[in-house]
Amino acid sequence: MTATPTLVKLQPKEFASNQEIRWCPGCGDYAILKAVQKALADIGSRRENTVFVSGIGCSSRFPYYMATYGFHTVHGRAPALATGVKLANPELDVWVMTGDGDGLSIGGNHMLHVLRRNVDLQIILFNNEIYGLTKGQYSPTSRAGTKSPTSPNGSIERPLSAATFALGAGGRFVARGIDTQQAQLIDVLKRAHANRGASFVEVFQNCLVFNDGVFNEFTDRAVADERQLHLVHGQPLLFGKDRQKGLRLDPSSIALEVVTLGDAGVTMEDILVHDETNRTLAGMLAALEPPFPVALGVLYAAPVQSYTAALYEQQATGSPDLEALMTQGKTWTV
Amino acid sequence: MREQAVVRFAGDSGDGMQITGARFAMETALAGSDLATFPDFPAEIRAPVGTTFGVSAFQIHFGSVEVATAGDDLDVLVAMNPAALITNIMDLRRSGTLIVDKGAFTERNLTKAGYATNPLEDGSLSDFIVLPLDIGRLTVAAVEGLGLTSKQTARSRNMWALGLVLWLYDRDRKTTTDWIEKKFATDPAIVAANVAVLNAGHAFGETAELPNFLRPVAIGAAPVAPGTYRTISGTEAVAWGLVAGLKAAGIERMVFAGYPITPASPVLHALVGLRAHGVVTFQAEDEIAAICAAIGASFAGSLGVTSSSGPGVALKTEALGLAIATELPLIVIDAQRAGPSTGLPTKTEQSDLFQAVLGRNGDAPMPVLAASTPSDGFEVAMEAVRLATKYMTPVFLLTDGYLINAAEPWLIPDPAGLPTFPVAFRTDPHGFQPFVRDPATLARPWARPGSPGLEHRIGGLERNADTGDISYDPDNHAQMTEARAAKVAGIAADIPEQAVNQGEDRGELAVVGWGSTFGPIHMAVRRARAEGRRVSHIHLRYIAPFPRNLGDLLKRFDNILVPEMNRGQLVTLLRAEYLLPAERFSQVNGKPFKVSTIFGAIMERTSGNGKGGAA
Ligand code: SF4
Repeated sequence: MTATPTLVKLQPKEFASNQEIRWCPGCGDYAILKAVQKALADIGSRRENTVFVSGIGCSSRFPYYMATYGFHTVHGRAPALATGVKLANPELDVWVMTGDGDGLSIGGNHMLHVLRRNVDLQIILFNNEIYGLTKGQYSPTSRAGTKSPTSPNGSIERPLSAATFALGAGGRFVARGIDTQQAQLIDVLKRAHANRGASFVEVFQNCLVFNDGVFNEFTDRAVADERQLHLVHGQPLLFGKDRQKGLRLDPSSIALEVVTLGDAGVTMEDILVHDETNRTLAGMLAALEPPFPVALGVLYAAPVQSYTAALYEQQATGSPDLEALMTQGKTWTV
Repeated sequence: MREQAVVRFAGDSGDGMQITGARFAMETALAGSDLATFPDFPAEIRAPVGTTFGVSAFQIHFGSVEVATAGDDLDVLVAMNPAALITNIMDLRRSGTLIVDKGAFTERNLTKAGYATNPLEDGSLSDFIVLPLDIGRLTVAAVEGLGLTSKQTARSRNMWALGLVLWLYDRDRKTTTDWIEKKFATDPAIVAANVAVLNAGHAFGETAELPNFLRPVAIGAAPVAPGTYRTISGTEAVAWGLVAGLKAAGIERMVFAGYPITPASPVLHALVGLRAHGVVTFQAEDEIAAICAAIGASFAGSLGVTSSSGPGVALKTEALGLAIATELPLIVIDAQRAGPSTGLPTKTEQSDLFQAVLGRNGDAPMPVLAASTPSDGFEVAMEAVRLATKYMTPVFLLTDGYLINAAEPWLIPDPAGLPTFPVAFRTDPHGFQPFVRDPATLARPWARPGSPGLEHRIGGLERNADTGDISYDPDNHAQMTEARAAKVAGIAADIPEQAVNQGEDRGELAVVGWGSTFGPIHMAVRRARAEGRRVSHIHLRYIAPFPRNLGDLLKRFDNILVPEMNRGQLVTLLRAEYLLPAERFSQVNGKPFKVSTIFGAIMERTSGNGKGGAA
């Protein structure tokens, strides 16, 4: 292996390691891997400055497939470990790769705090609503009624919404993508990378072995137009085949409602305009689920100073003199 | 002239006994006496006033001779209320001096403490020299006209007691008044009042008609090596040792990640103050995050350090396995406390030894070091940094609640004379494989992210012995398991042979200890040897791996006694390792051993003068 000259932009494939990929053929993880490699290439990332940190689970095998630095750690703890990497060297570009079980169940506490602290990381949560690597148990994002080896009569638990959780935890950048919709996913990844702070990206990922088609109701080509709301800052919240449908705020219930342009006098004036910096709106968008369209893209982006930036601002530059330290205060000489 | 004395200040949690003791210790240290302190406080921050479980105490043993423990029996007990009396009087020696605030011996306080009758009146204290003083009233008199509220006045009662005890031992008050001035700099009235109260206590000794035999006792300076001294707590020693180790290793940054826990929190507090020395501190959301952040920092080329106590260390266990598997430097400081579970958070114990040596899934060896005195933490922390970075391994540094809080005089080392052990980060991509080992140390290279051409992936799945890539190959796993064990075992060749701390390298009895039992074992062995017993003291700093000569050394003794503040953990390891009939000697009452306890055990197990003549 030789060091790459610094000015040449790497190709996506130059971010791939020599390891044989061990995800099930057809798994949505392949698409995410491809999107990340393309995003890094587009950004002009350097392999030597990029670190992928993961926990445990199918998604967490990700670092092995990258030609960057990588650390496959302990179940649920990737946000904490990645925080340590950033504390040691804030110049590194650090990505956390996690899943719904890893990031929201066993690692829920770390996810909460890494978002609250706003550590400068990209956190990519592969949500397949199931435990894949341990063979198909229901996860914290599985819908009520999900049948699995540990819920043969249907899960009686109510699912967690990853994006709602991230907003509640104080995340300052919350976005969503779908494994198979590469162009949009790559855009979201690049936006996440550009944000200085904790960037949370939920990717709807199909586990074709244990939860195949669980997102079909909004990812299927046939329904995509009607069930997907692609967010663009400053643009009206329109969707549907001819972009004739939109979201309007019903002031009496303070809830979003679907309206059709031209129906009962509905005009563009009535349609809400996406404002990434509006946390209330982001919360409403995160909560939309079928039959509403599912909100995709950047739900919320309101940057504040990152944890590491604030930390290094406080880091004193005083004298590192050991002798002065040891002789401070009262001493006596014999 | 008296050579040594033991004083204990005991009162309510809110009575300021820790401050009083610490000030007395400072004046004593500045007078050149050797000393050891033992702060003993309740788990509750402010337990209900007057209750026995709210009693806070500070003990100090000082002398013009070597002092190695906080002392067995008290010469002077200051009891600020009945609860402090009932919980401490059993440690006062016959004819010892008891100073009580008789104003606090009210009906209500007596009942709360569990006294049916007032001990100041019922004759039950006739073994002691009792000075029943109305310290509360005397304090009020001292601050008259200074405009203090009654609450503020009550709070300075401790200064009166301090003044009197300083008089009793002929100590200066200068640094205490300086300290008061600095501490209350924003409130001149409080400064004036505290100084007045301190002086009033002192003047009382001078002028009051105390019993004739109560005269100031000057305990002089202890004969020590020339140099500049300071008092150092176990916390400071460990924190400074880490910083010294960081410099010795030539590493730019230490990331110290911790989560608040008694009694380890002071270490985190101390390191927050050392930012100028390259220390980044991180208060994590939990114990697991703390160790994981430290591991992440080590991966990124800093020195990762975390600290906790038993229950927190238990939480860190899985991540410790990761550090062992990925072979990254890491230091885990365990300030042990009485367990299991929450146990007795403020009481000391040595019962995490098994946890440190054995407590992980899989075959997961790592070096374990133990500090034996408060100041010893400095050298041990430096050594932990050396081993962690040289061998790419996590290292346990065991200390305990006693060592963390206790203090003793320390000969400040010359920084130029400290060892150095510079770390060589891998920078050359040529032939780089993350798990190819150094043939001498068996350590893998430390390659920091940010280094071009050294990009690599590591993780908890078993790694190929060269490339570090995931490997499910059974033979490779066997090879890696052996390599990890051999690496840690090999450290035995790089640490000093076990010395005999006191006595000959053979004899009738070896008393083997580790950690904070050093002081009591040292004094007990000294006394027994003075009485002609063929007993030696061997104290271990390295528990994993054991020093290479330890087995041979122990085999030269007829009997081996292992005093521990647990049910026999080191003794079990010694028996397993060397098939020796070492004997357990256990104490788990949350307190350090008394010298007399160990002395008695030695006397029972040795045959007296003349038999071997080696004394
Ligand atoms: S189990 Fe599911 S998530 Fe895991 S690799 Fe297979 S398809 Fe992908």
